[in-house]
Amino acid sequence: MTGSYVPHAAGYVDNGGPKVVTSRFVHEDSYTLERSLATGGYEGLRSALVRPPAEVHAEVRDATLLGRGGAGFPAGVKWGFCPEGVWPRYLVVNGDESEPGTYKDRLLMERDPHQLIEGCLITCYALGLSQCFLYVRGEMALGQERIATALNEAYAAGYVGRNVLGTDFSVDVTLHWGAGAYIVGEETALIESLEGNRGMPRLKPPYFPAAIGLYGQPTIVNNVETLANVPWILANGAAAYKRMGSETSPGTRLFAVSGHVKRPGVYEVEQGVTTFRDLFYGDEFCQGIRDGHELKMFIPGGGSAPWFFEDHLDLPLEARDVGAAGSMLGSGAIVVMDETTDAVRACHRMVRFFARESCGKCSPCREGTNWEEKILARILDGHGRPSDIDLLLDVGDNISPGPYPVAAHPDEGLDAVPFPPRQTTICPLGPSSVAPITSTIRRFRHEFEAKITRGDGIPVTAAALAGEGAS
Amino acid sequence: MSWFDAARERTARDILARYPKSKSAVIPLLHLAQEQEGWVTPAAMAEIAELTGTTAAEVLGTGSFYEMFKFHPVGTYMVNVCTNVSCQLLGGEELLHHVESTLGVKAGGTTDDGMFTVEDVECVAACTEAPCFTVNYRYFHRADAEIFDEVVADIRAGRSPIERGVAGDAGELPAHGTLGRVRQQIPGDRRAGVVPPEEVEGAPSWMASMAGAPAGEAAGEEEES
Repeated sequence: MTGSYVPHAAGYVDNGGPKVVTSRFVHEDSYTLERSLATGGYEGLRSALVRPPAEVHAEVRDATLLGRGGAGFPAGVKWGFCPEGVWPRYLVVNGDESEPGTYKDRLLMERDPHQLIEGCLITCYALGLSQCFLYVRGEMALGQERIATALNEAYAAGYVGRNVLGTDFSVDVTLHWGAGAYIVGEETALIESLEGNRGMPRLKPPYFPAAIGLYGQPTIVNNVETLANVPWILANGAAAYKRMGSETSPGTRLFAVSGHVKRPGVYEVEQGVTTFRDLFYGDEFCQGIRDGHELKMFIPGGGSAPWFFEDHLDLPLEARDVGAAGSMLGSGAIVVMDETTDAVRACHRMVRFFARESCGKCSPCREGTNWEEKILARILDGHGRPSDIDLLLDVGDNISPGPYPVAAHPDEGLDAVPFPPRQTTICPLGPSSVAPITSTIRRFRHEFEAKITRGDGIPVTAAALAGEGAS
Repeated sequence: MSWFDAARERTARDILARYPKSKSAVIPLLHLAQEQEGWVTPAAMAEIAELTGTTAAEVLGTGSFYEMFKFHPVGTYMVNVCTNVSCQLLGGEELLHHVESTLGVKAGGTTDDGMFTVEDVECVAACTEAPCFTVNYRYFHRADAEIFDEVVADIRAGRSPIERGVAGDAGELPAHGTLGRVRQQIPGDRRAGVVPPEEVEGAPSWMASMAGAPAGEAAGEEEES
């Protein structure tokens, strides 16, 4: 089995491994209620509704379902943070996928919206939630259509709304469109946005909206992929779920591998079993770096993750190991770069993203990310100064003080500083902008220096002035 | 007399009824306004303020945070080219330059005939399908200059280019402002009911009745297996 693209599921590769969330992708009509029902759809909901809600919650907690949005917090534990006796409670689904390199929630929403809706219903049932808001990124027009159609079908067929499947359980699932703002993926910003405000993160504590969330009420915020796992867990049981993956990270995860590989794609992979090397070079996965080129560096978990290099290839796709090595699996976004990649240019593009997406609430991030971007831009434009490299690290230190997580590297005498970083900001956006800077400067400082001095030790600007005088 | 046309006024009422607090409807209603006019006009913001019990300033305050809302006229077709790192690695910036030179406008600009607005955007979640651009938020994967030129030729000739895009997407390409061409519709008799949080007393009534439900049979089987 060498795996192959599934033509109608853009970018998805069936690698022959176990499937939890992509099992319907082989069908061209996987997004319809008819196909869903013919392939076990809503069976998880049926098995949930014959059990008391607390038992359904316990099943998900026992499965150790780790959140798939980036932080990797166990969903079942998060669900337990709702304070006793405070009602109503809400479910907010985070479908605002916009972390650079991340392409999985869009696929899940476009290809199997019923699986997601089923996951929402089971969650609402388990926790006594009054209403579910499915917050879909505004730019995903097809995803919105598919979810709207699926909800219309599911309401008409009695799976959502009043008296679900003829039981007393009643819940409304409301599709809500975002309007373009990366920061809204942060859960308290998501809630602000859903309340009709500017999407700025809320001050912590409380750390979890499960305590105080939407309209000040207990609110569970879960990622699309996390909830898409829930129906399988209820239909097959936590024990079966834990037979896949590793002990600390059970089940499978979606990884989107993009960049300079022969077969970029979205892969459903058992956690903790497969290594980065398997994923990049395996026949059933990406089949190697593009012809005639070799790996230079890769981002293991989205734009916010410190970058990895060749010596990290044998790490398993396991949150604990990747964290100990100084980065994170984050949102399952892996970007592979070969030796043709200009490290400074790639670093600048990533930092420009954070500068553009900073919401402006905390000054270290609002000012810092913009200065980082300006300094990198002037280095690229040939106006860099020798002090700029230290200046970049210094600005970064003001957003994220102390040793910033970097990948361990024996040649450079570097020990890994585990994720996450310290921060002077309310949310991790600002600190994330430091990741590409420290990663590239520590490993490719000479590329920065070459752009600043053309390698002769004389700054480009000084050389240009001298040249003008001579001519 | 509503600013919204008759059909959209009904949609607006429908949207408002789905939220426990009406301010939550500000963003959906801004989308609805943009669908009607192609951009968000001052009159639309005043109407949304009226409908949601806020002020026009609050509506602008919220709306101006989000990139998709335009507070000035834009082209009928919004061309968004991704240049974030996955696309950059495979030619996203070169594609943007091609788009700019073909249409004769820089990113952020609109063509003189009002047809196209070009934007240089951040990651649009199509990273394995890089480079990628969207037109009115419909995706075109693994794109190059040739695909873009075909899409423009289609649009100028009055044909829909959607089939050239992501597999399974089909039909007409609506003008800027319309996102999903299908809306959620909740039939009155299927609605569970939306109650403002301050009027909710205690746990949902089904919690008690289902808690005693035929406990544990299915669970027992699964745990043993």
